[in-house]
Amino acid sequence: MQHKTLLYDGTFEGFLSCVFYVFEYKLKNVTIQNQFVNQSELFSDNETINTDKQKSDRVWKGLKQKASTLSSTKIYYAFLSEQPKVENVLLDYMLYIFNSSEKVDTDFTQPSVLKTSQIAKNVSREKHRMEAFVRFKLTKDNIYFANIEPDFNVLPLIAKHFKSRYADQKWVIYDIRRNYGLFYDLHKLDFINLDFPENFDFSKTSSDFFADEEFEFQKLWKDYFDSTNIKERKNMKLHIRHVPKRYWKYLSEKQPNL
Amino acid sequence: MSFERTLEKLKILADAAKYDVSCSSSGSKRTNTNKGLGDATGMGICHSYTEDGRCVSLLKILLTNHCIFDCAYCVTRKSNDVKRAAFKVQEVVDLTINFYRRNYIEGLFLSSGIFKSADYTMERLVAVAKKLRLEENFNGYIHLKSIPGASDELMREAGLYADRLSVNIEIPTKSGLKLLAPDKNFDDFIKPMEKVKNEIIQYKSEKKIIKSTPKYAPGGQSTQMIVGASGENDFQILKTAEHYYKNFNLKRVYYSGYVPISYDNRLPAIGSEVPMLRENRLYQSDWLTRFYGFHTNEIVNLNHQNLDLDIDPKLSWALRNLHEFPVDVNKADKRMLARIPGVGMKSVAKILMARKYRRLNWDHLKKIGIAFNRAQYFLVCDSNQFERRDLTATKLKAIILKNSNSKYDKLLSPQLNLFS
Ligand code: SF4
Repeated sequence: MQHKTLLYDGTFEGFLSCVFYVFEYKLKNVTIQNQFVNQSELFSDNETINTDKQKSDRVWKGLKQKASTLSSTKIYYAFLSEQPKVENVLLDYMLYIFNSSEKVDTDFTQPSVLKTSQIAKNVSREKHRMEAFVRFKLTKDNIYFANIEPDFNVLPLIAKHFKSRYADQKWVIYDIRRNYGLFYDLHKLDFINLDFPENFDFSKTSSDFFADEEFEFQKLWKDYFDSTNIKERKNMKLHIRHVPKRYWKYLSEKQPNL
Repeated sequence: MSFERTLEKLKILADAAKYDVSCSSSGSKRTNTNKGLGDATGMGICHSYTEDGRCVSLLKILLTNHCIFDCAYCVTRKSNDVKRAAFKVQEVVDLTINFYRRNYIEGLFLSSGIFKSADYTMERLVAVAKKLRLEENFNGYIHLKSIPGASDELMREAGLYADRLSVNIEIPTKSGLKLLAPDKNFDDFIKPMEKVKNEIIQYKSEKKIIKSTPKYAPGGQSTQMIVGASGENDFQILKTAEHYYKNFNLKRVYYSGYVPISYDNRLPAIGSEVPMLRENRLYQSDWLTRFYGFHTNEIVNLNHQNLDLDIDPKLSWALRNLHEFPVDVNKADKRMLARIPGVGMKSVAKILMARKYRRLNWDHLKKIGIAFNRAQYFLVCDSNQFERRDLTATKLKAIILKNSNSKYDKLLSPQLNLFS
């Protein structure tokens, strides 16, 4: 049978619409692929699938009937990993669930079940790290601003956490890799796009944009961080395992001494 | 707030507080329902890690490092020649709020040297917590150190604003305490603990009748013991911990490997090594009793008073109880699965789920993530290859140590990564 590639718009609904299509036409040899990520195979037959909210809802509802909430959450998390070919792992998983008469969503002896669970775990780890490593800086406009560059697309997953925690301050968390952010204005939460000045340095605090006291609190925090270390117990290997170096550039406690 | 002065105080008072290992900020239920600042539900978050690998989740400081006492193991003791400082109540409040707003911390851990008297000091600690809750509308985590000897009335108030209270026992035996902290009275530790325990019990029973009963220390209480300062063995330490868990409903007991800070000849000399591996073994043992269904006596007892340093306490138990093995992974109950060396609680859960579908073999188990290196000698599954030789415990230990090469030399984090 000819290999078919289904292209979708990169959204979760778009992906589920593809899954719907696979079921509808009982396709066998198929690859699902984000149309904005260029990796298509030369000799396959490409087809663009339009995102259809109704169809994607049907797939999602059907899934929830045959799988636990935890398993469906894992599917969503794994999707946000944006890893190459993750769509097909998830498709296999969902096919396995839908084609079995019993509940099989926790059958870890099945490769796609285990794989999804592992990818979801990585995404969930990144989510926790973002909840930990976001460092807000107070802008001159009285907004707490933070930029992040997560490996996975975890911004949608951390929204609730920050909303319930910082209910009385305006804040923005901006994913500069994916160029979109979250803005909380004391009432509601919105996804936003921002244009930054050309000379904007994401790892530093410039007095052009940030409040005067911001610099002081960063220094207080950094000094606190240094004073609380016990040098007799120093263990950099462990330290780096907990705070991988790729996160350092935006952590105020990791900036060179001012 | 004068920035320069605050900075100087912060350095001194963070430095003096760093030997307290308690860092947890989990287990409280303080939802942000008033559109205020902060939320202390669910798991705490480690916002950073010190270079020694300990989690930073709370702003951990002393209110002051002036102290009228002279405990030998403490940097703050009055005979120690160090710079002294004291925060004002408002300074601590400002630091906490501003650090919290920037997502540096989960809350505050406030301890103190004893200024004048226990009550005089406790009153100020309570004032900080009260201000944070009532004036700043703060819902983040607050852990207050109870000052030994503080009055019941103050302990009651402390629990109304704090999420967790703790008194550090520091020295696990009465005789050790007498030697190293002559100003301290053993009963002074017990009294505030007893009070907090009773208040929590009372809160729970009143809560059933009157829904609006104010929360009392929802995160419970904890304590810390210094390890390696006064010659106790692991049996004494773990038995003391067991006693406190049982009789005072403690949430956590922390073990802190003694860092030599004094030339006092009652203590290990400056430069002696911090017993970090031993500390790690104690945490592992603690973990086994709290989550793996082990009884303290199975881990240490009169015949086995010290934990092995070269192998973890679960493996050590298994080697002393070879008659319990091999465990059949496809049949054994949860309790026995949890006792297989190299199998953690997460794997236990996966095994229980996966074996509903089919009998598990080695391949399945490896994929689930058990540590084959150790586990292979202690279990049977739906595969033929398993260890058939009748090995003695000593032989077995030698083989396992050889195959896991450097794994056991590494110093692990005291609170995380306890088992693979
Ligand atoms: S009472 Fe506390 S602060 Fe004072 S010396 Fe003893 S341990 Fe240190």
